[in-house]
Amino acid sequence: MHEHDVIVVGAGGAGLRAAVAAHEEGADVAMVTKLHPVRSHTGAAEGGINAALREGDSWESHAYDTMKGSDFLGDAPAIETLCQTSPDEVIQLEHWGMPFSREEDGRVSQRPFGGLSFPRTTYAGAETGHHLLHTMYEQVVKRGITVYDEWYVSRLAVTDHDDPEDRTCHGVVAIDIQTGRVEGFKANKGVIIATGGPGQAFDHTTNAVSCTGDGPAMAYRAGVPLEDMEFIQFHPTTLPSTGVLISEGVRGEGGILYNANGERLMFEYGYANNDGELASRDVVARAELTEVNEGRGIEDEYVHLDMRHLGDERIIDRLENILHLAADFEGVDGLERPMPVKPGQHYAMGGIETDENGETCIAGLYAAGECACVSVHGANRLGGNALPELIVYGARAGRHAAGTDLGEAQIQTGRSAKSEEGNIDSPVPLGAVDATDEDVAADGAAVDVETVISKAVEAENARIERLMTKDEGLQHAEIRHKLQKAMTANVNVFRTEDGLKQALRDIREAREAYEDVYVADPSRTFNTDLIHTIETQNLIDIAETITAGALARTEFRGAHWRAEHQERKDEEWIKHTLMAWNDGSPELYYKPVILEGEEKTYEPKVRSY
Amino acid sequence: MSTQIPETESESEELAQSSKPEHQQRRMAEKRERRVEREAEAEADAAAFDETIHLKVFRYDPEVEGKKEPRFDDFHVPFKQGMTVLDALMQARDIFDSSLTFRHSCRQAICGSDAMFVNGKQRLCCKTQISDLSEPVRVEPLPHQEVVKDLVVDMEHFYDQMESVEPYFQTNDLPAGEEQRQTRENREKVKMSTRCIWCGACMSSCNIAAGDNEYLGPAALNKAYRFAMDEREGEDMKQHRLQIIEEEHGVWRCQTQFSCTNVCPKDIPLTEHIQELKREAVKNNLKFW
Ligand SMILES: Cc1cc2nc3c(=O)[nH]c(=O)nc-3n(C[C@H](O)[C@H](O)[C@H](O)COP(=O)(O)OP(=O)(O)OC[C@H]3O[C@@H](n4cnc5c(N)ncnc54)[C@H](O)[C@@H]3O)c2cc1C
Ligand code: SF4
Ligand code: FES
Repeated sequence: MHEHDVIVVGAGGAGLRAAVAAHEEGADVAMVTKLHPVRSHTGAAEGGINAALREGDSWESHAYDTMKGSDFLGDAPAIETLCQTSPDEVIQLEHWGMPFSREEDGRVSQRPFGGLSFPRTTYAGAETGHHLLHTMYEQVVKRGITVYDEWYVSRLAVTDHDDPEDRTCHGVVAIDIQTGRVEGFKANKGVIIATGGPGQAFDHTTNAVSCTGDGPAMAYRAGVPLEDMEFIQFHPTTLPSTGVLISEGVRGEGGILYNANGERLMFEYGYANNDGELASRDVVARAELTEVNEGRGIEDEYVHLDMRHLGDERIIDRLENILHLAADFEGVDGLERPMPVKPGQHYAMGGIETDENGETCIAGLYAAGECACVSVHGANRLGGNALPELIVYGARAGRHAAGTDLGEAQIQTGRSAKSEEGNIDSPVPLGAVDATDEDVAADGAAVDVETVISKAVEAENARIERLMTKDEGLQHAEIRHKLQKAMTANVNVFRTEDGLKQALRDIREAREAYEDVYVADPSRTFNTDLIHTIETQNLIDIAETITAGALARTEFRGAHWRAEHQERKDEEWIKHTLMAWNDGSPELYYKPVILEGEEKTYEPKVRSY
Repeated sequence: MSTQIPETESESEELAQSSKPEHQQRRMAEKRERRVEREAEAEADAAAFDETIHLKVFRYDPEVEGKKEPRFDDFHVPFKQGMTVLDALMQARDIFDSSLTFRHSCRQAICGSDAMFVNGKQRLCCKTQISDLSEPVRVEPLPHQEVVKDLVVDMEHFYDQMESVEPYFQTNDLPAGEEQRQTRENREKVKMSTRCIWCGACMSSCNIAAGDNEYLGPAALNKAYRFAMDEREGEDMKQHRLQIIEEEHGVWRCQTQFSCTNVCPKDIPLTEHIQELKREAVKNNLKFW
């Protein structure tokens, strides 16, 4: 058994920042990550990090923009902390050597971004995430923090008290991918989950293949509620064959969207007469899909994004990177031909419910980054607000897990007197097919910490043994592809009651099919078949929470569009969706959104496009 | 390289026993049969497509009978415009043989995990269009690296070399509460060097690195360049960095063969950076004479 004070699961921006923070507080830290840290998906971020750094700007203004962008579903204490702290964190990154783009006077550059009332997005070329990831990893190397890379965490070691709020997380179980060995990791002070987004629940996503929602699924099954899972951001311009992102910059420079009839759809079909191609992400995504659904898509799938009229010189000067992406990943020369684009899953606003200190309702269990929901993005994330979340909340989770007193949290986690029960009108049973296979280790407080961990290891060995010795059945790829297709068909940009119910049936089918899953590769060495099989189960659980949450929320807010409910219903719906896995069957409840900030209360305003 | 299962600790004894050879062999045989059936079905499906692409893929698994001897497997996967080598490998794995093993994640040339030897050249599979290659497309693990399984190589040595050049920013005088200044020119100067994604293609293409295990290699030298040339670190630190790259297995081993520069998927002018470090080192030494 390995033993450390703080164990960080995942080594993207959030995990690395958490590890450095915990180390600075004197803790013995280890990172356990299924990819080597520099392979994490944070490296793909392009645009930048928001921080109110300059005169004329203020954290208050950043906070207001964020609250409005969230469509009033963010929690004020979390948003204010984010905006107050991100300037210091960005300066810290600069002090660690991050190669930011520069102004004439040598200071860090900032640029305008959608939904921001000040050009406060700091950036490093069009590769901000790459530089952030590498700069953070360098700090981990400098400090000699232990990294177990290519170790897949498959289970949390948590006591099994009846009430999740009485439970404690003592560590994790992980598989060494190189050898197939299963081992226990004991965390004396805390476990921080920083496993990134769940984009692979959809068949068309900007997210990496590794983004399988492992952290949220493990936390969920251990008893932590998942918050606001229905809110998924879809980006309007992704390449059809891979989901690779074509930056908003193309439309910013004057790129035009055409349908199959060669019509300039944003204007000619009146989706956004004033803003045209530059309308907000959700509006453009809906416009494109409407064209495709009404038969004006190209190959019934996508629309064209044309930048040829800008001229070779301007394209090469400002959008060179896009030429490479279109050529390398779609085989299209953007100087000669329009680029095919369609909407793709991009970001999960929801995740593991945490407070502003990163802690969940299970003692000793923390979460940060895209897998977590401290609730800064609400119903819709502003571009450039995810990266500051990683560093601000990564650092706070790291410090708190290491034992630093960050003061009492204002955001409550777990069930409380303020919780309101909800109801999911599902056509099929939800949750485990066989509820006996629980994630929680046995015997609660009655046993010592070592036993909690070794029981979790035992349970994991048994599961792997089952998967590996089964001789016949279905393979994960088949189940996963069907699940992804079902999500894209019915839990996409457009959501209807019938569609969501159909998706729940398809998810149920995936769950039942998963009972038959088996691993064909018999080898213990680098068995990606096994890893992907375990990930697929996580995707099923995550897909279900997204879909059930979407079915329950009968309004139109932020990225969540419902055919039958075309308005934002503030009286009823300024509240967070929480989904809790109790004895294998998910329960829905709600808690109020906190609109009271330090000095002011944020008043909901109509969000006009 | 860690292909052997190390000594078991108590909690994983069960596991070690359950993977007994006979048991595994039997399952293997059965699985092979089923795979043959599945493959036949998939071949039939593929035949329905106008075009297929022929892949020849390197296979090796130290644990599994029949794969201990390295060999090439043929896959015929349906071709679609825009398809990359990575797409083809994923299809081969998901349709024909789920034990086919390779690293990949981002699909967009930023995670650096799918550098392989494709038609005789180090490339990122996700960044290589099938239509640019001649058939059959031969996919092999990166040369000069130990193979863990199929297309997966052991990257430890590469990581060690990267980490041996103190790859982190070091300076003591930082302005309180605000950023350091850096000129645009200086940022431009280091810009290309900061693009490295640790894919290892350059190292694998380098003859010197192949012959001298201690040679720092192009990626690590480029990493050293990234910091040595960054004006924010100051003169003293630069000298320290030049000392590191001047060591016996450092810059002077480079024979300017340009193979690293030719394969780098991020177009980093590696050979040039190494040459510039040599010049800086000479200048620096002259100062002390
Ligand atoms: C194409 C793209 C562009 C973007 N651009 C921007 C932008 O310009 N600005 C902005 O603010 N945001 C942007 N975002 C969003 C932002 O980049 C992500 O939300 C953020 O990087 C997620 O970071 P993370 O640390 O939470 O997770 P990741 O970086 O995804 O890291 C997850 C880590 O967890 C590990 N892991 C996962 N599962 C396990 C497991 N079971 N066991 C062990 N380890 C595990 C992985 O190995 C990895 O190290 C963009 C996102 C995408 C996809
Ligand atoms: S220098 Fe280029 S080839 Fe070498 S590891 Fe970095 S990105 Fe890969
Ligand atoms: S899959 Fe990430 S670089 Fe190719």
